[in-house]
Amino acid sequence: MFDALSARLSQGYRTGAFPPAQPNLPEHFAGRPVVSKDVDVESLQPICPTGALCRDCAGASAIDTGKCIFCGKCAEVCKGISFKKEYRMGAMHREALLATDAEYHPEEQLDRGIARLYGKSFKIRQVSAGGCAACELDFNVLNTLAWDMGRFGIQAVASPRHADAILVTGPVSDNMLLALKKTYEAMPKPCLVIASGTCAISGGIYATSPQVNAPLDGILPVDLYVPGCPPHPAVLLEALLRLIAIRK
Amino acid sequence: MSPFLTLKNGGSCSMSALPQCGMDEFRSASLQAVNQEQCRVSAFFALGNNCPQNTQKGECTKEVEKSLLVEILLDPQQKCLRVLSTEVCEKYPSLTAEAPAFHWFERELFEETGILPEGHPWLKPIRFADKNREPGVTDYFTMEGEAVHEVAVGPVHAGVIEPGHFRFQCMGEDVFSLEIELGYQHRGIEKMLVGGPDVRTTHILETAAGDTSVAAMLNYCGILEALCQIEVPARGVALRRIALELERIANHIGDLGALAGDVAFLPTSSFCGRIRGDFLNMTARLCGNRFGRGLVVPGGVRYELDKAGAEELLKKVQVGEKELQEALSLMFDEPTVLDRFENTGVVSTETARQIGLVGVAGRASGLAVDCRGDLSENGFVPAVEQGGDVLSRALVRRRELEASLAEVKGLLESLRGGESRSTAVLPTALPNDTLCVHLTEAWRGEICHVAITDGQGRFRRVKIVDPSFHNWFGLAMALRNQQISDFPICNKSFNLSYCGHDL
Repeated sequence: MFDALSARLSQGYRTGAFPPAQPNLPEHFAGRPVVSKDVDVESLQPICPTGALCRDCAGASAIDTGKCIFCGKCAEVCKGISFKKEYRMGAMHREALLATDAEYHPEEQLDRGIARLYGKSFKIRQVSAGGCAACELDFNVLNTLAWDMGRFGIQAVASPRHADAILVTGPVSDNMLLALKKTYEAMPKPCLVIASGTCAISGGIYATSPQVNAPLDGILPVDLYVPGCPPHPAVLLEALLRLIAIRK
Repeated sequence: MSPFLTLKNGGSCSMSALPQCGMDEFRSASLQAVNQEQCRVSAFFALGNNCPQNTQKGECTKEVEKSLLVEILLDPQQKCLRVLSTEVCEKYPSLTAEAPAFHWFERELFEETGILPEGHPWLKPIRFADKNREPGVTDYFTMEGEAVHEVAVGPVHAGVIEPGHFRFQCMGEDVFSLEIELGYQHRGIEKMLVGGPDVRTTHILETAAGDTSVAAMLNYCGILEALCQIEVPARGVALRRIALELERIANHIGDLGALAGDVAFLPTSSFCGRIRGDFLNMTARLCGNRFGRGLVVPGGVRYELDKAGAEELLKKVQVGEKELQEALSLMFDEPTVLDRFENTGVVSTETARQIGLVGVAGRASGLAVDCRGDLSENGFVPAVEQGGDVLSRALVRRRELEASLAEVKGLLESLRGGESRSTAVLPTALPNDTLCVHLTEAWRGEICHVAITDGQGRFRRVKIVDPSFHNWFGLAMALRNQQISDFPICNKSFNLSYCGHDL
């Protein structure tokens, strides 16, 4: 017991200062990009592995961060595209995931409706539906003492009956479609649906496979989209906190 | 004379030079190699005569025409890979009964092609890839009797992990048999790779098992570099090895922490969860992504690490190592933890050899299986433990952590200047009609990629064999005669990949 106590003393208090401090993001971190107006997205499309280069409804050059896997290949060859440190990428509406050169206001990307109900108790049932394990692992990381999402009342639960939200990762493989629907049906309503990671939002790199059913919002009504391949823990935690309107 | 063609790791041969023999000779040579010459099965699959375009559209999945059965064996004594093929029509006499290491391969073969391994003792799908089949709905071993009961778990598990279905046949607390049904993560990866390489190929392979991205990319690049004769500069090789070992370190720490968590030893569980993150962040320091995505590219690595970066990384490794040692000593010195680990989930050396365990699980059962030393004369000594239990699997990880930390430190200290990426440009097409095979010892065990090109230099087939493919059956064996309450620690001690298996 004394060894354990002395180890605790020497390891120290290690929960990160984020939030309210800014997260410690790596030097090469690729967050929400800025795409300047003159970028010829059509000519760049052949180098994008997921077809994320597009135009928004007003015709402006854009990257769909719901399709982007943040490989940065387009930015390597095109000066008009740069991936920023902007980690507040989660959004309540699919269209908000289109990154152009317009100013970005993450605080507008939420809807203070039912999410507010969850106050400081938000229980999440996670379902991996064809994911590569990276999204699941970096959601799990929020449970470690480095991120400690429990301090905000957010908790991953085993039973869908105890859950306020379902967090889905992966492109929804054929073989997980039924289990995913059953899990959702077992949840008390109203409940929230979170599409975490590019695969769940759009199918990502697997979008063209005949054995997947993404996008998730064609199957369940999605309330929160969290881009990334996988979403960095800071991206996911910030999005969750914004969703349930916890002041940081 | 041996009918096999021998290749070194990363070796290739023209499809016309692929040795082919009759089924009888194929069987006897394979059985002798596996049962008497310590060879292990690295890949075993059929190559149809169908054109790749048809495969891509998902047509003609049941080719009853002649197919070519291709086998790659790893020969640790000769330090080489052995290749052999034979023609097969609708069926052939199964190898499994005489060499159980073929068990999963033959099930996969049957599911993918409909070619029947006649006499296979338990022939059923491993991935339920057929759209007309419900996943997990199949025959299971059953037991009858008054006190007998069945426990079915999954596909959605209690924790935040990937899906799979487990069927336990129990009497009271004791598990008589466990059957594992997978396939829930099947995304059709191998079909997507046909016709490549294209802009998607590297990303698909990186996410085949998303916790093993660096090793998978190293392996795939090994194939491209061998086929296109691209030399990776020394600095690129060193940076790749740093990334590979950081991946191993982060995952081993996570596994040891998870084992501590499952026996409710919270100090080590908490410390390791955090320290694992620190090592993932070191990988992110290299390339921006915690899983090393995009770091390894054909010809080297994509991101430069300056001198200050290398020094910063070295300091972080040193701090992480010290904290890790403290966290692990706590656990390995704790009698209550050792009591739970010892003699739990035993896989004997003989069973491990027969079913073809690889990687950490194989080494923990007394097999010196490690393709870092098995495929080249470099004097590599694998970390082998004899117990075959949860404790041995934990100890193997602890010893490998020490070795990997030392290696990363050494590499960072001796990192020299120069190019980290070859300036050679990949040709638009690979050599025609060629087979190339490469293995890399990832943190779980050996990954094998076999690439076969068509007449246009595009991928006709890319066969991926994840280490988990070999080892899932080992977990089922480990549970025999165990208490069902020990399933979590047995499972964590293997920590196998669902998506890497399901593809």
